[in-house]
Amino acid sequence: MTVQGWIQIALFTAAVFALTKPVGAYLYRVLETEERPLPSILGRLERLCLRLCGRTADDEQTWRAYAVSLLLFSIVGIAVTYGIQRLQGVLPLNPQGFGAVPHDLALNTAVSFTTNTNWQAYSGETTMSYLTQMVGLAWHNFVSAAAGLAVAVAVARGLTRRGGPEGGKTIGSFWADLIRSTVYVLLPVSIVVAVVFVAMGVPQTLSAYREVTTVEGAKQVLALGPVATQEAIKMLGTNGGGFFNANSAHPFENPTPVTNLIQMLLIFVLPTGLTWTYGKMARDQRQGWAIFGAMAALFLAGVATCYFAESHANTALAGLGVDQATGNLEGKEVRFGIANTALFATVTTDASCGAVNGMHDSFTPLGGLVPLLNIQLGEVVFGGVGAGLYGMLVFVVLSVFIAGLMVGRTPELLGKKIEAREMKLVTVYMAVFAFFVLVPAAWASAVGYGTSSLANQGPHGLSEILYATSSATGNNGSAFAGLSANTPFWNLLLAVAMFFGRFAMIVPVLAIAGSMVDKKTVAAGPGTFPTNGTLFTVLLIGIIVIVGALTFLPALGLGPILEHYVGAAGKVY
Amino acid sequence: MRNELVTAFRAAAVTLVLTGIAYPLLVTGIAQVAFPAQANGSLINDTTEPSVTMGSALIGQSFSDPAYVNPRPSAAGAGYDAAASSGSNLGPTSKALRDRVAADVARLVAANPNAPGEVPAELVTASGSGLDPHLSPASVAWQIPRIAAARGVAADRVRAVAAEFEQGRALGVLGEPRVNVLLLNLALDRRFGQPHLGASITPK
Repeated sequence: MTVQGWIQIALFTAAVFALTKPVGAYLYRVLETEERPLPSILGRLERLCLRLCGRTADDEQTWRAYAVSLLLFSIVGIAVTYGIQRLQGVLPLNPQGFGAVPHDLALNTAVSFTTNTNWQAYSGETTMSYLTQMVGLAWHNFVSAAAGLAVAVAVARGLTRRGGPEGGKTIGSFWADLIRSTVYVLLPVSIVVAVVFVAMGVPQTLSAYREVTTVEGAKQVLALGPVATQEAIKMLGTNGGGFFNANSAHPFENPTPVTNLIQMLLIFVLPTGLTWTYGKMARDQRQGWAIFGAMAALFLAGVATCYFAESHANTALAGLGVDQATGNLEGKEVRFGIANTALFATVTTDASCGAVNGMHDSFTPLGGLVPLLNIQLGEVVFGGVGAGLYGMLVFVVLSVFIAGLMVGRTPELLGKKIEAREMKLVTVYMAVFAFFVLVPAAWASAVGYGTSSLANQGPHGLSEILYATSSATGNNGSAFAGLSANTPFWNLLLAVAMFFGRFAMIVPVLAIAGSMVDKKTVAAGPGTFPTNGTLFTVLLIGIIVIVGALTFLPALGLGPILEHYVGAAGKVY
Repeated sequence: MRNELVTAFRAAAVTLVLTGIAYPLLVTGIAQVAFPAQANGSLINDTTEPSVTMGSALIGQSFSDPAYVNPRPSAAGAGYDAAASSGSNLGPTSKALRDRVAADVARLVAANPNAPGEVPAELVTASGSGLDPHLSPASVAWQIPRIAAARGVAADRVRAVAAEFEQGRALGVLGEPRVNVLLLNLALDRRFGQPHLGASITPK
């Protein structure tokens, strides 16, 4: 570890902190007020889009209607992207002449991008036409993120709206939230960032790949394309699906340390801002900062562990006469070094982004444990766009409930009682995640058609499998990429995990919002456990770690933790 | 329900046109006008024959001649295949990784008899993209005795050229100090002439 490394991590953390309030205030203004920015441009665009959808902005929905709208929209999205991939051979903007994507891969990819996972069983530059990348994939980068923002705000409305004339049983309009998130937030920021990225070297062209003759006279084909536009929304929407196979490690996706910093900030900017938005909606900013505090503590613990681990030598190279003073460099780019790769890995898995600027599969056992565990904790450390906040609010409800049990009072959150129905829904949310991580992992580890995809043997093989099912169910999308996931078994298994990991978790969360919005607000009494202070932050961290550890520690013990010890003993497989 | 489905189709169409077509086309237009060099891949043309494109300033390429700075091992295709980016994805208890590194160390030690110290890890580890255009200054310095010998010039003269291509941290803080291998090798050719390629190149 170096001083410069820590300075970069500190600088990033400070920038995230500084952006939280302004971004949170902007999101509040867009989603919860009528004074939205640039009414003559963006306001017109918003109204035009809503009119073309056949909707007005004010048709409030119950949680059920909200969930139905989201599900229908997502299923249409899966169908469209599946169709584009199957037809790309006859569609325009296909200068490399790529043929139809096979059935299982097209389904996996369609589900992957619709669920904001961006798991990539394909290699972008050898599989997808420019049209598929732009229309089939980048489109979902926008709308899956907008849908996540919509759900987060709807859930916050459920918790914070007061009974009486203001609220009733509704939690907002899905279509208005979707369009507003896209038009006021995602689109304008993406346009600006994409142009900045081009200026810094990211290609943006519709021309074919370029063949060149290298200095030593060999042929080299440079894969190109509309990369910058994909890159901007890939990070801002915490999608993570790279234009190229190597994702943000590719010099065309992420050419300099400056683009790298911008990319990491883009991942965190909306999730952190949402904590402030939540505080504003709760009419108590400290509610938002308490959540922010828990997230920040878990983030710093993760990045410190990962940076520490990656600064150590790779045990596979021990005794070979290699100078490993810098740390573990396999799978890392020189321009980012150890610090920026460890930071990026932590950020991308704290959020449900899944972009990578180095190969997690080649991390040290403990360095690779950090991104894996981040995903398994539920990606609530700032988390995905929207998904981070609503996931965290589930943990908030659970924490309040456990605190209530400890003092023997009926638990309440923001003056609303937490009762049996909400707790059942919280349990469903937690159980769905654990089920779709562990059961598919167990299945794949036990059968030849699962393990034949492994690139690494021994404990690391189990880590590859566990990472894949965690990443899919957690809608992250990063990978221990040695796993050859483009087989019918893996494509279908992970498509199912991604689908349920998104929608079987969103529906109970919306149901919690629906049942909370309807409750009477009671004044805080002496038995009320305050959810806006340090004590609550500490309890919340404890609950997140305990739930994650109880669920996943046995599996982690057989994967990365075991590998750490056998690796230190000098064993290779 | 049927109404909702119609809305879902319409919303999909509206957002698809806006974000999947209008957005990338608008930015492509801006990029091609304002930053054509970057937007088309930061290509580098031969100084003597400007019609010949030799690569991209951002993408690494293979160099195996002893007169050139040799880059890191690459897992992209057969090596520095810029249409098949990839890392090795070999983990820290991988025998395949250990064997690959052992072979590379033996090769590098034999080719660099006067190199200072142990082999820098960078020179035997594959990057994440397989297209890493850079090396750290230390990894360049390690190869300079060999390059100087192959070109028949004093090592200090090669060092002076390499120093010109050292790139510091952005704003003094961000990233790691580095050297662009392709740009440095082109500069070495300009300064000391092109080596005779062919016989000395051993395919990887």
